[in-house]
Amino acid sequence: MVLFVLLRLLPGDPANALLGVGATDQQIAAARAQVGSDQPLYLQFTSFIANLSRLDLGTSFVSRALVLDEIGNRMSVTLPLTFLGFLVALLLAIPLGVLSAVRSDKWYGSAISVVSQLGIAIPVFWVGILLVTLFSINLRWLPSGGFPLRGWGNFGEAATGMILPALTIGLVMGASLLRYVRAATLDVLDSDYLRTARALGSSFPEALLRHGLRNGAVPVISILGIELASTFLGAVVIERVFSLPGLGSMLLLAIQQRDYPNVQGVLFISTLLVLLIGFAADIAQRLIDPRLRNKLRVEA
Amino acid sequence: MTPAAITAAPDHCRPSLILWAGIVLVGLHVLVGLLSLVWLPYDPTAMAGGRLEGPSLLHWIGTDRLGRDLLTHLMIGSRIALIVGLGAVAIGAALGVTLGLLAAFASKWLDDALAATLDILIAFPTLLIAMLVVAASDTANLWSAIIALGIALSAIVARLTRILAKRVLVMDYITAARTSGSSWPKIVAIHILPNIWPTLSVNFALQFGLAVIAEASLSYLGLGAPPPNASWGRILQEAQGTVYTAPLGAIAPGLALVSLAIGVNLLADGLRDTIDPTRRAR
Repeated sequence: MVLFVLLRLLPGDPANALLGVGATDQQIAAARAQVGSDQPLYLQFTSFIANLSRLDLGTSFVSRALVLDEIGNRMSVTLPLTFLGFLVALLLAIPLGVLSAVRSDKWYGSAISVVSQLGIAIPVFWVGILLVTLFSINLRWLPSGGFPLRGWGNFGEAATGMILPALTIGLVMGASLLRYVRAATLDVLDSDYLRTARALGSSFPEALLRHGLRNGAVPVISILGIELASTFLGAVVIERVFSLPGLGSMLLLAIQQRDYPNVQGVLFISTLLVLLIGFAADIAQRLIDPRLRNKLRVEA
Repeated sequence: MTPAAITAAPDHCRPSLILWAGIVLVGLHVLVGLLSLVWLPYDPTAMAGGRLEGPSLLHWIGTDRLGRDLLTHLMIGSRIALIVGLGAVAIGAALGVTLGLLAAFASKWLDDALAATLDILIAFPTLLIAMLVVAASDTANLWSAIIALGIALSAIVARLTRILAKRVLVMDYITAARTSGSSWPKIVAIHILPNIWPTLSVNFALQFGLAVIAEASLSYLGLGAPPPNASWGRILQEAQGTVYTAPLGAIAPGLALVSLAIGVNLLADGLRDTIDPTRRAR
Protein backbone atom coordinates (compact mmCIF):
# COMPACT_ATOMS: atom_id res chain seq x y z
CA MET A 1 0.00 0.00 0.00
CA VAL A 2 1.01 3.55 -0.83
CA LEU A 3 0.45 4.51 2.80
CA PHE A 4 3.06 2.12 4.09
CA VAL A 5 5.77 3.21 1.65
CA LEU A 6 5.12 6.89 2.31
CA LEU A 7 5.34 6.39 6.06
CA ARG A 8 8.56 4.39 5.95
CA LEU A 9 10.09 7.23 3.97
CA LEU A 10 9.88 9.42 7.06
CA PRO A 11 13.47 9.66 8.23
CA GLY A 12 14.46 8.80 11.75
CA ASP A 13 13.87 5.50 13.49
CA PRO A 14 10.49 5.40 15.23
CA ALA A 15 12.26 3.79 18.18
CA ASN A 16 13.88 7.18 18.86
CA ALA A 17 10.48 8.52 19.76
CA LEU A 18 10.45 6.17 22.74
CA LEU A 19 13.83 7.17 24.04
CA GLY A 20 15.50 10.21 25.46
CA VAL A 21 18.65 11.71 24.01
CA GLY A 22 21.36 9.82 25.87
CA ALA A 23 20.06 6.28 25.35
CA THR A 24 22.59 3.41 25.25
CA ASP A 25 22.90 1.03 22.30
CA GLN A 26 21.18 -1.73 24.27
CA GLN A 27 18.25 0.53 25.05
CA ILE A 28 18.00 1.46 21.37
CA ALA A 29 18.04 -2.19 20.33
CA ALA A 30 15.36 -3.01 22.90
CA ALA A 31 13.20 -0.15 21.70
CA ARG A 32 13.63 -1.20 18.07
CA ALA A 33 12.56 -4.71 18.94
CA GLN A 34 9.57 -3.33 20.80
CA VAL A 35 8.26 -1.24 17.88
CA GLY A 36 9.34 -3.81 15.33
CA SER A 37 11.60 -1.51 13.32
CA ASP A 38 14.50 -4.01 13.61
CA GLN A 39 12.69 -6.46 11.38
CA PRO A 40 13.14 -6.52 7.62
CA LEU A 41 10.79 -4.22 5.71
CA TYR A 42 8.77 -7.00 4.05
CA LEU A 43 7.98 -8.50 7.48
CA GLN A 44 6.90 -5.08 8.74
CA PHE A 45 4.70 -4.77 5.69
CA THR A 46 3.02 -8.16 5.99
CA SER A 47 2.26 -7.66 9.67
CA PHE A 48 0.93 -4.18 8.82
CA ILE A 49 -1.51 -5.61 6.26
CA ALA A 50 -2.49 -8.50 8.52
CA ASN A 51 -3.29 -6.18 11.39
CA LEU A 52 -5.17 -3.81 9.14
CA SER A 53 -7.46 -6.55 7.93
CA ARG A 54 -8.38 -7.27 11.55
CA LEU A 55 -8.96 -3.51 12.05
CA ASP A 56 -6.14 -3.64 14.61
CA LEU A 57 -4.41 -0.33 14.16
CA GLY A 58 -1.89 -1.03 16.90
CA THR A 59 -0.89 1.11 19.84
CA SER A 60 0.69 4.54 19.79
CA PHE A 61 4.50 4.58 20.16
CA VAL A 62 4.29 7.64 22.34
CA SER A 63 1.20 7.39 24.55
CA ARG A 64 0.87 3.56 24.42
CA ALA A 65 -2.88 4.03 23.94
CA LEU A 66 -4.82 1.98 21.39
CA VAL A 67 -4.83 3.90 18.10
CA LEU A 68 -8.43 2.99 17.36
CA ASP A 69 -9.61 4.30 20.77
CA GLU A 70 -7.73 7.53 20.27
CA ILE A 71 -9.24 7.94 16.80
CA GLY A 72 -12.69 7.30 18.25
CA ASN A 73 -12.17 10.05 20.82
CA ARG A 74 -10.95 12.49 18.20
CA MET A 75 -13.78 11.62 15.84
CA SER A 76 -16.29 12.83 18.39
CA VAL A 77 -14.90 16.30 17.70
CA THR A 78 -14.07 16.14 14.00
CA LEU A 79 -17.22 14.42 12.74
CA PRO A 80 -19.74 16.84 14.28
CA LEU A 81 -17.51 19.73 13.25
CA THR A 82 -17.35 18.60 9.62
CA PHE A 83 -21.05 17.88 9.35
CA LEU A 84 -22.11 21.11 11.06
CA GLY A 85 -19.81 23.04 8.74
CA PHE A 86 -21.20 21.13 5.80
CA LEU A 87 -24.75 21.95 6.90
CA VAL A 88 -23.96 25.66 7.15
CA ALA A 89 -22.36 25.49 3.70
CA LEU A 90 -25.44 23.85 2.19
CA LEU A 91 -27.82 26.32 3.85
CA LEU A 92 -25.75 29.17 2.42
CA ALA A 93 -24.83 27.81 -0.99
CA ILE A 94 -28.09 26.38 -2.28
CA PRO A 95 -30.47 29.33 -1.77
CA LEU A 96 -27.85 31.95 -2.59
CA GLY A 97 -26.51 30.02 -5.58
CA VAL A 98 -29.97 29.61 -7.09
CA LEU A 99 -30.82 33.22 -6.31
CA SER A 100 -27.64 34.56 -7.91
CA ALA A 101 -28.34 32.54 -11.06
CA VAL A 102 -32.04 33.40 -11.33
CA ARG A 103 -31.46 37.05 -10.53
CA SER A 104 -28.11 37.46 -12.27
CA ASP A 105 -29.51 40.54 -14.03
CA LYS A 106 -30.01 42.28 -10.68
CA TRP A 107 -27.15 43.87 -8.75
CA TYR A 108 -27.42 41.46 -5.83
CA GLY A 109 -27.23 38.47 -8.16
CA SER A 110 -23.86 39.58 -9.46
CA ALA A 111 -22.77 40.71 -6.01
CA ILE A 112 -23.32 37.22 -4.61
CA SER A 113 -21.26 35.60 -7.34
CA VAL A 114 -18.44 38.13 -6.91
CA VAL A 115 -18.33 37.49 -3.17
CA SER A 116 -18.27 33.75 -3.81
CA GLN A 117 -15.11 34.23 -5.87
CA LEU A 118 -13.46 35.02 -2.56
CA GLY A 119 -14.18 31.46 -1.46
CA ILE A 120 -11.27 29.94 -3.34
CA ALA A 121 -8.91 32.82 -2.55
CA ILE A 122 -9.36 33.04 1.22
CA PRO A 123 -7.34 30.74 3.46
CA VAL A 124 -9.72 29.07 5.87
CA PHE A 125 -7.57 29.83 8.93
CA TRP A 126 -7.70 33.54 8.23
CA VAL A 127 -11.50 33.47 8.14
CA GLY A 128 -11.29 31.69 11.49
CA ILE A 129 -9.02 34.35 12.96
CA LEU A 130 -11.29 37.12 11.67
CA LEU A 131 -14.38 35.47 13.16
CA VAL A 132 -12.59 35.08 16.49
CA THR A 133 -11.62 38.74 16.38
CA LEU A 134 -15.20 39.76 15.70
CA PHE A 135 -17.27 37.39 17.83
CA SER A 136 -14.95 36.49 20.69
CA ILE A 137 -12.91 39.63 21.17
CA ASN A 138 -15.06 42.53 20.06
CA LEU A 139 -18.55 41.17 20.75
CA ARG A 140 -17.60 38.58 23.40
CA TRP A 141 -20.44 36.31 22.32
CA LEU A 142 -18.57 33.05 21.83
CA PRO A 143 -15.41 31.35 23.09
CA SER A 144 -12.32 31.79 20.89
CA GLY A 145 -11.53 28.09 20.98
CA GLY A 146 -10.98 25.00 23.05
CA PHE A 147 -13.11 22.01 23.87
CA PRO A 148 -14.21 20.76 27.30
CA LEU A 149 -12.11 17.91 28.69
CA ARG A 150 -15.24 15.85 29.33
CA GLY A 151 -16.16 16.19 25.67
CA TRP A 152 -19.85 15.98 24.87
CA GLY A 153 -20.56 15.11 28.51
CA ASN A 154 -20.40 18.86 28.98
CA PHE A 155 -22.88 19.48 26.20
CA GLY A 156 -23.46 23.23 26.49
CA GLU A 157 -19.78 24.11 26.48
CA ALA A 158 -18.97 21.62 23.74
CA ALA A 159 -21.78 22.93 21.54
CA THR A 160 -20.85 26.60 21.93
CA GLY A 161 -17.24 25.68 21.20
CA MET A 162 -18.39 24.20 17.89
CA ILE A 163 -20.28 27.26 16.62
CA LEU A 164 -17.40 29.42 15.39
CA PRO A 165 -15.33 26.59 13.84
CA ALA A 166 -18.40 25.20 12.06
CA LEU A 167 -19.30 28.68 10.84
CA THR A 168 -15.76 29.15 9.52
CA ILE A 169 -15.84 25.90 7.58
CA GLY A 170 -19.36 26.61 6.38
CA LEU A 171 -18.54 30.08 5.07
CA VAL A 172 -15.51 29.01 3.08
CA MET A 173 -16.98 25.77 1.80
CA GLY A 174 -20.30 27.50 1.12
CA ALA A 175 -18.62 30.14 -1.04
CA SER A 176 -16.95 27.58 -3.27
CA LEU A 177 -20.06 25.38 -3.42
CA LEU A 178 -22.12 28.40 -4.36
CA ARG A 179 -20.26 28.76 -7.64
CA TYR A 180 -21.18 25.21 -8.62
CA VAL A 181 -24.82 25.65 -7.58
CA ARG A 182 -24.92 28.83 -9.63
CA ALA A 183 -23.37 27.16 -12.67
CA ALA A 184 -25.77 24.20 -12.41
CA THR A 185 -28.76 26.54 -12.06
CA LEU A 186 -27.65 28.56 -15.08
CA ASP A 187 -27.49 25.32 -17.08
CA VAL A 188 -31.02 24.46 -15.99
CA LEU A 189 -32.30 27.95 -16.85
CA ASP A 190 -30.76 27.59 -20.28
CA SER A 191 -32.38 24.21 -20.94
CA ASP A 192 -35.06 23.30 -23.42
CA TYR A 193 -37.08 21.28 -20.93
CA LEU A 194 -37.55 24.31 -18.70
CA ARG A 195 -38.77 26.37 -21.63
CA THR A 196 -41.14 23.57 -22.60
CA ALA A 197 -42.48 23.35 -19.05
CA ARG A 198 -43.05 27.10 -19.03
CA ALA A 199 -44.76 26.92 -22.42
CA LEU A 200 -47.05 24.19 -21.07
CA GLY A 201 -48.22 26.61 -18.43
CA SER A 202 -46.11 25.90 -15.32
CA SER A 203 -45.21 28.94 -13.32
CA PHE A 204 -41.49 29.74 -13.15
CA PRO A 205 -40.95 28.52 -9.54
CA GLU A 206 -42.99 25.40 -10.24
CA ALA A 207 -41.01 24.52 -13.37
CA LEU A 208 -37.75 25.15 -11.54
CA LEU A 209 -38.73 22.89 -8.64
CA ARG A 210 -40.26 20.08 -10.67
CA HIS A 211 -37.70 19.88 -13.46
CA GLY A 212 -34.72 21.93 -12.44
CA LEU A 213 -34.01 20.47 -9.03
CA ARG A 214 -33.27 16.92 -10.14
CA ASN A 215 -31.23 17.96 -13.14
CA GLY A 216 -29.28 20.59 -11.29
CA ALA A 217 -28.57 18.35 -8.32
CA VAL A 218 -26.52 15.71 -10.16
CA PRO A 219 -23.36 17.72 -10.91
CA VAL A 220 -23.62 19.51 -7.57
CA ILE A 221 -23.67 16.23 -5.63
CA SER A 222 -20.40 15.02 -7.10
CA ILE A 223 -18.81 18.31 -6.02
CA LEU A 224 -20.46 17.96 -2.61
CA GLY A 225 -18.75 14.61 -2.13
CA ILE A 226 -15.34 16.01 -2.97
CA GLU A 227 -15.86 19.07 -0.77
CA LEU A 228 -17.05 17.00 2.18
CA ALA A 229 -14.03 14.71 1.92
CA SER A 230 -11.58 17.58 1.66
CA THR A 231 -13.21 19.42 4.55
CA PHE A 232 -12.93 16.35 6.70
CA LEU A 233 -9.26 15.97 5.86
CA GLY A 234 -8.64 19.70 5.89
CA ALA A 235 -10.03 20.07 9.41
CA VAL A 236 -6.44 20.05 10.66
CA VAL A 237 -6.07 23.79 10.07
CA ILE A 238 -9.40 24.73 11.65
CA GLU A 239 -8.67 22.55 14.66
CA ARG A 240 -5.42 24.43 15.09
CA VAL A 241 -7.11 27.85 14.89
CA PHE A 242 -9.65 26.94 17.56
CA SER A 243 -7.39 24.51 19.45
CA LEU A 244 -9.84 21.62 19.12
CA PRO A 245 -8.66 18.08 19.96
CA GLY A 246 -9.78 16.52 16.68
CA LEU A 247 -8.43 14.05 14.16
CA GLY A 248 -6.41 16.71 12.37
CA SER A 249 -4.50 17.80 15.44
CA MET A 250 -3.88 14.13 16.23
CA LEU A 251 -2.29 13.72 12.78
CA LEU A 252 -0.22 16.88 13.13
CA LEU A 253 1.09 15.80 16.54
CA ALA A 254 1.75 12.27 15.33
CA ILE A 255 3.74 13.55 12.35
CA GLN A 256 5.82 15.75 14.61
CA GLN A 257 6.48 12.89 17.03
CA ARG A 258 7.02 10.29 14.26
CA ASP A 259 4.32 8.23 15.90
CA TYR A 260 3.80 5.87 12.94
CA PRO A 261 0.86 3.86 14.28
CA ASN A 262 -1.09 7.06 14.89
CA VAL A 263 -0.21 8.55 11.49
CA GLN A 264 -1.12 5.28 9.79
CA GLY A 265 -4.33 4.94 11.74
CA VAL A 266 -5.56 8.45 10.96
CA LEU A 267 -4.67 8.15 7.28
CA PHE A 268 -6.28 4.72 7.04
CA ILE A 269 -9.55 5.87 8.60
CA SER A 270 -9.50 9.05 6.50
CA THR A 271 -8.98 7.10 3.28
CA LEU A 272 -11.83 4.80 4.26
CA LEU A 273 -14.11 7.78 4.90
CA VAL A 274 -13.12 9.50 1.66
CA LEU A 275 -13.95 6.33 -0.28
CA LEU A 276 -17.24 5.95 1.60
CA ILE A 277 -18.24 9.55 0.88
CA GLY A 278 -17.40 9.10 -2.81
CA PHE A 279 -19.44 5.91 -2.87
CA ALA A 280 -22.39 7.61 -1.15
CA ALA A 281 -22.25 10.49 -3.65
CA ASP A 282 -22.30 7.98 -6.51
CA ILE A 283 -25.35 6.23 -5.10
CA ALA A 284 -27.15 9.51 -4.46
CA GLN A 285 -26.55 10.54 -8.06
CA ARG A 286 -27.98 7.28 -9.36
CA LEU A 287 -31.05 7.63 -7.17
CA ILE A 288 -31.69 11.10 -8.51
CA ASP A 289 -30.88 10.51 -12.16
CA PRO A 290 -32.23 7.23 -13.55
CA ARG A 291 -30.09 7.64 -16.66
CA LEU A 292 -26.95 7.07 -14.60
CA ARG A 293 -28.15 3.72 -13.29
CA ASN A 294 -27.46 2.00 -16.57
CA LYS A 295 -23.97 3.39 -16.87
CA LEU A 296 -21.18 1.30 -15.48
CA ARG A 297 -19.03 4.21 -14.56
CA VAL A 298 -20.00 7.79 -13.82
CA GLU A 299 -17.66 10.24 -15.41
CA ALA A 300 -17.31 13.37 -13.33
CA MET B 1 -35.78 36.01 -23.23
CA THR B 2 -34.32 33.58 -20.73
CA PRO B 3 -32.42 34.92 -17.75
CA ALA B 4 -29.26 33.25 -19.03
CA ALA B 5 -29.44 35.33 -22.18
CA ILE B 6 -29.58 38.46 -20.07
CA THR B 7 -26.46 37.49 -18.14
CA ALA B 8 -24.49 36.95 -21.31
CA ALA B 9 -24.91 40.54 -22.43
CA PRO B 10 -22.78 42.53 -19.96
CA ASP B 11 -20.09 39.84 -19.93
CA HIS B 12 -18.63 40.93 -23.23
CA CYS B 13 -16.74 43.68 -21.51
CA ARG B 14 -15.50 41.39 -18.75
CA PRO B 15 -12.44 39.57 -20.11
CA SER B 16 -10.11 42.51 -20.52
CA LEU B 17 -11.28 44.07 -17.25
CA ILE B 18 -10.73 40.84 -15.31
CA LEU B 19 -7.37 40.26 -16.95
CA TRP B 20 -6.28 43.80 -16.12
CA ALA B 21 -7.40 43.54 -12.52
CA GLY B 22 -5.40 40.34 -12.21
CA ILE B 23 -2.33 41.87 -13.83
CA VAL B 24 -2.49 44.90 -11.52
CA LEU B 25 -2.87 42.83 -8.33
CA VAL B 26 -0.15 40.32 -9.21
CA GLY B 27 2.07 43.07 -10.61
CA LEU B 28 1.82 44.94 -7.33
CA HIS B 29 3.08 41.92 -5.43
CA VAL B 30 5.86 41.34 -7.96
CA LEU B 31 6.98 44.97 -7.59
CA VAL B 32 6.89 44.78 -3.79
CA GLY B 33 8.70 41.45 -3.88
CA LEU B 34 11.44 42.83 -6.13
CA LEU B 35 11.68 46.00 -4.05
CA SER B 36 12.17 43.89 -0.92
CA LEU B 37 15.35 42.51 -2.48
CA VAL B 38 17.01 45.92 -2.63
CA TRP B 39 15.21 48.01 -0.03
CA LEU B 40 13.24 47.40 3.15
CA PRO B 41 11.88 50.01 5.56
CA TYR B 42 13.64 48.34 8.51
CA ASP B 43 15.97 45.47 9.28
CA PRO B 44 13.55 42.49 9.49
CA THR B 45 15.30 41.04 12.55
CA ALA B 46 15.75 44.29 14.43
CA MET B 47 13.47 45.73 17.09
CA ALA B 48 12.46 48.76 15.11
CA GLY B 49 9.94 50.10 17.60
CA GLY B 50 7.92 49.33 20.71
CA ARG B 51 5.97 46.10 21.04
CA LEU B 52 2.63 45.80 19.27
CA GLU B 53 2.51 49.43 18.24
CA GLY B 54 -0.46 50.54 16.17
CA PRO B 55 -0.04 52.04 12.72
CA SER B 56 1.93 55.29 12.62
CA LEU B 57 3.98 57.31 10.15
CA LEU B 58 7.07 55.38 11.24
CA HIS B 59 5.42 51.96 11.10
CA TRP B 60 2.60 51.99 8.57
CA ILE B 61 1.02 48.74 9.76
CA GLY B 62 2.48 48.79 13.26
CA THR B 63 4.89 46.36 14.90
CA ASP B 64 4.68 42.75 16.08
CA ARG B 65 5.09 41.36 19.60
CA LEU B 66 8.87 41.61 19.36
CA GLY B 67 8.74 45.19 18.09
CA ARG B 68 9.65 44.26 14.52
CA ASP B 69 8.19 46.35 11.71
CA LEU B 70 5.20 44.51 10.17
CA LEU B 71 5.37 46.22 6.78
CA THR B 72 8.93 44.96 6.37
CA HIS B 73 7.77 41.42 7.05
CA LEU B 74 4.77 41.71 4.75
CA MET B 75 7.07 42.87 1.94
CA ILE B 76 9.35 39.88 2.48
CA GLY B 77 6.18 37.78 2.58
CA SER B 78 5.31 38.94 -0.95
CA ARG B 79 8.69 37.76 -2.17
CA ILE B 80 8.37 34.41 -0.35
CA ALA B 81 4.84 33.85 -1.67
CA LEU B 82 5.95 34.49 -5.26
CA ILE B 83 8.93 32.16 -4.88
CA VAL B 84 6.69 29.48 -3.38
CA GLY B 85 4.08 29.85 -6.09
CA LEU B 86 6.58 29.84 -8.96
CA GLY B 87 8.69 27.06 -7.47
CA ALA B 88 5.77 24.79 -6.65
CA VAL B 89 4.12 25.31 -10.02
CA ALA B 90 7.45 24.73 -11.83
CA ILE B 91 8.01 21.44 -9.97
CA GLY B 92 4.36 20.44 -10.29
CA ALA B 93 4.42 21.24 -14.02
CA ALA B 94 7.66 19.41 -14.75
CA LEU B 95 6.61 16.29 -12.82
CA GLY B 96 2.96 16.42 -13.79
CA VAL B 97 3.37 17.03 -17.52
CA THR B 98 5.98 14.24 -17.75
CA LEU B 99 3.80 11.79 -15.85
CA GLY B 100 0.68 12.80 -17.75
CA LEU B 101 2.37 12.37 -21.13
CA LEU B 102 3.80 9.02 -20.02
CA ALA B 103 0.34 7.85 -19.03
CA ALA B 104 -1.16 9.06 -22.29
CA PHE B 105 1.44 7.13 -24.29
CA ALA B 106 1.65 4.09 -22.03
CA SER B 107 0.10 0.71 -22.60
CA LYS B 108 -3.47 0.23 -21.42
CA TRP B 109 -2.77 -1.33 -18.05
CA LEU B 110 0.00 1.11 -17.11
CA ASP B 111 -2.24 4.00 -18.11
CA ASP B 112 -5.10 2.60 -16.03
CA ALA B 113 -2.81 2.09 -13.03
CA LEU B 114 -1.42 5.62 -13.29
CA ALA B 115 -4.89 7.13 -13.72
CA ALA B 116 -6.21 5.27 -10.68
CA THR B 117 -3.23 6.35 -8.55
CA LEU B 118 -3.72 9.95 -9.61
CA ASP B 119 -7.42 9.81 -8.77
CA ILE B 120 -6.62 8.58 -5.26
CA LEU B 121 -3.93 11.22 -4.77
CA ILE B 122 -6.28 13.96 -5.90
CA ALA B 123 -8.92 12.85 -3.38
CA PHE B 124 -6.52 13.99 -0.67
CA PRO B 125 -6.17 17.72 -0.19
CA THR B 126 -2.94 19.31 -1.41
CA LEU B 127 -2.23 20.43 2.14
CA LEU B 128 -2.36 16.92 3.59
CA ILE B 129 0.03 15.48 1.00
CA ALA B 130 2.36 18.45 1.50
CA MET B 131 2.26 17.88 5.28
CA LEU B 132 3.43 14.29 4.83
CA VAL B 133 6.18 15.25 2.39
CA VAL B 134 7.42 18.00 4.68
CA ALA B 135 7.44 15.54 7.57
CA ALA B 136 9.47 13.14 5.43
CA SER B 137 12.07 15.77 4.60
CA ASP B 138 12.91 16.19 8.29
CA THR B 139 13.99 19.83 8.17
CA ALA B 140 11.34 22.46 7.69
CA ASN B 141 12.64 25.11 5.35
CA LEU B 142 11.32 27.03 2.38
CA TRP B 143 12.52 24.46 -0.13
CA SER B 144 10.98 21.48 1.60
CA ALA B 145 7.64 23.30 1.52
CA ILE B 146 8.04 24.19 -2.16
CA ILE B 147 9.03 20.65 -3.13
CA ALA B 148 6.18 19.22 -1.06
CA LEU B 149 3.63 21.49 -2.71
CA GLY B 150 5.12 20.81 -6.14
CA ILE B 151 4.72 17.08 -5.62
CA ALA B 152 1.18 17.51 -4.33
CA LEU B 153 0.21 19.71 -7.30
CA SER B 154 1.82 17.39 -9.84
CA ALA B 155 -1.03 14.88 -9.45
CA ILE B 156 -3.54 17.48 -10.62
CA VAL B 157 -1.32 18.55 -13.52
CA ALA B 158 -0.66 14.94 -14.51
CA ARG B 159 -4.35 14.09 -14.68
CA LEU B 160 -5.14 17.16 -16.76
CA THR B 161 -2.16 16.56 -19.08
CA ARG B 162 -3.18 12.94 -19.58
CA ILE B 163 -6.74 13.86 -20.55
CA LEU B 164 -5.67 16.70 -22.84
CA ALA B 165 -2.90 14.69 -24.51
CA LYS B 166 -5.21 11.74 -25.14
CA ARG B 167 -7.66 14.08 -26.81
CA VAL B 168 -4.93 15.33 -29.16
CA LEU B 169 -3.44 11.87 -29.79
CA VAL B 170 -6.50 10.64 -31.68
CA MET B 171 -6.39 13.57 -34.11
CA ASP B 172 -5.73 12.88 -37.77
CA TYR B 173 -2.71 15.16 -37.90
CA ILE B 174 -0.95 12.97 -35.34
CA THR B 175 -1.53 9.92 -37.52
CA ALA B 176 -0.32 11.95 -40.48
CA ALA B 177 2.80 12.97 -38.63
CA ARG B 178 3.44 9.35 -37.62
CA THR B 179 3.05 8.11 -41.20
CA SER B 180 5.39 10.75 -42.48
CA GLY B 181 8.03 9.41 -40.12
CA SER B 182 8.09 11.84 -37.18
CA SER B 183 9.43 10.37 -33.94
CA TRP B 184 7.28 10.49 -30.81
CA PRO B 185 9.48 13.10 -29.05
CA LYS B 186 9.14 15.32 -32.10
CA ILE B 187 5.38 14.86 -32.13
CA VAL B 188 5.18 15.77 -28.46
CA ALA B 189 7.24 18.90 -29.01
CA ILE B 190 5.60 20.07 -32.24
CA HIS B 191 2.00 18.89 -31.97
CA ILE B 192 1.00 17.92 -28.46
CA LEU B 193 2.58 20.49 -26.17
CA PRO B 194 1.56 23.55 -28.23
CA ASN B 195 -1.99 22.22 -28.38
CA ILE B 196 -2.44 21.55 -24.70
CA TRP B 197 -0.39 24.50 -23.51
CA PRO B 198 -3.15 27.15 -23.34
CA THR B 199 -5.36 25.04 -21.06
CA LEU B 200 -2.38 23.96 -18.99
CA SER B 201 -1.12 27.50 -18.47
CA VAL B 202 -4.51 28.63 -17.16
CA ASN B 203 -4.42 25.70 -14.78
CA PHE B 204 -0.89 26.66 -13.68
CA ALA B 205 -2.14 30.11 -12.73
CA LEU B 206 -4.91 28.58 -10.61
CA GLN B 207 -2.37 26.26 -8.98
CA PHE B 208 -0.12 29.18 -8.20
CA GLY B 209 -2.92 30.55 -6.03
CA LEU B 210 -3.49 27.13 -4.46
CA ALA B 211 0.21 26.78 -3.69
CA VAL B 212 0.45 30.18 -2.03
CA ILE B 213 -2.55 29.45 0.21
CA ALA B 214 -1.33 25.93 0.99
CA GLU B 215 2.13 27.22 1.94
CA ALA B 216 0.54 29.80 4.21
CA SER B 217 -1.44 26.99 5.84
CA LEU B 218 1.71 24.88 6.24
CA SER B 219 3.49 27.83 7.82
CA TYR B 220 0.50 28.49 10.00
CA LEU B 221 0.70 24.89 11.25
CA GLY B 222 4.40 25.39 11.98
CA LEU B 223 5.58 23.21 9.08
CA GLY B 224 6.79 26.03 6.84
CA ALA B 225 9.91 28.11 6.58
CA PRO B 226 11.30 29.47 9.85
CA PRO B 227 12.02 33.20 10.19
CA PRO B 228 13.82 35.22 8.66
CA ASN B 229 12.13 33.68 5.61
CA ALA B 230 8.79 33.90 7.38
CA SER B 231 5.77 33.75 5.12
CA TRP B 232 2.42 35.41 5.69
CA GLY B 233 1.12 32.21 7.28
CA ARG B 234 3.78 32.36 9.97
CA ILE B 235 3.10 36.04 10.64
CA LEU B 236 -0.59 35.20 11.01
CA GLN B 237 0.17 32.39 13.43
CA GLU B 238 2.24 34.72 15.61
CA ALA B 239 -0.30 37.51 15.35
CA GLN B 240 -3.18 35.24 16.39
CA GLY B 241 -1.87 35.22 19.95
CA THR B 242 -1.88 39.00 20.15
CA VAL B 243 -5.09 39.60 18.24
CA TYR B 244 -6.65 41.07 21.40
CA THR B 245 -4.30 44.01 21.51
CA ALA B 246 -3.16 44.32 17.89
CA PRO B 247 -5.88 43.09 15.51
CA LEU B 248 -4.24 44.76 12.51
CA GLY B 249 -1.32 42.36 12.77
CA ALA B 250 -3.69 39.49 12.02
CA ILE B 251 -5.68 41.35 9.38
CA ALA B 252 -2.93 42.84 7.20
CA PRO B 253 -1.07 39.59 6.30
CA GLY B 254 -4.40 37.94 5.46
CA LEU B 255 -5.31 40.83 3.15
CA ALA B 256 -1.93 40.53 1.44
CA LEU B 257 -2.47 36.80 0.96
CA VAL B 258 -6.02 37.19 -0.33
CA SER B 259 -5.10 40.00 -2.73
CA LEU B 260 -2.39 37.85 -4.32
CA ALA B 261 -4.66 34.78 -4.51
CA ILE B 262 -7.51 36.77 -6.04
CA GLY B 263 -5.09 38.46 -8.42
CA VAL B 264 -3.82 35.13 -9.69
CA ASN B 265 -7.34 33.73 -10.04
CA LEU B 266 -8.48 36.80 -11.96
CA LEU B 267 -5.41 36.44 -14.16
CA ALA B 268 -6.33 32.80 -14.83
CA ASP B 269 -9.96 33.73 -15.59
CA GLY B 270 -8.90 36.54 -17.85
CA LEU B 271 -6.40 34.34 -19.67
CA ARG B 272 -8.97 31.59 -20.14
CA ASP B 273 -11.51 34.02 -21.55
CA THR B 274 -8.94 35.47 -23.91
CA ILE B 275 -7.71 32.08 -25.08
CA ASP B 276 -11.08 30.39 -25.27
CA PRO B 277 -13.81 32.76 -26.48
CA THR B 278 -16.53 30.11 -26.13
CA ARG B 279 -16.33 30.40 -22.36
CA ARG B 280 -17.02 34.10 -22.37
CA ALA B 281 -20.76 33.60 -22.17
CA ARG B 282 -20.55 32.77 -18.50
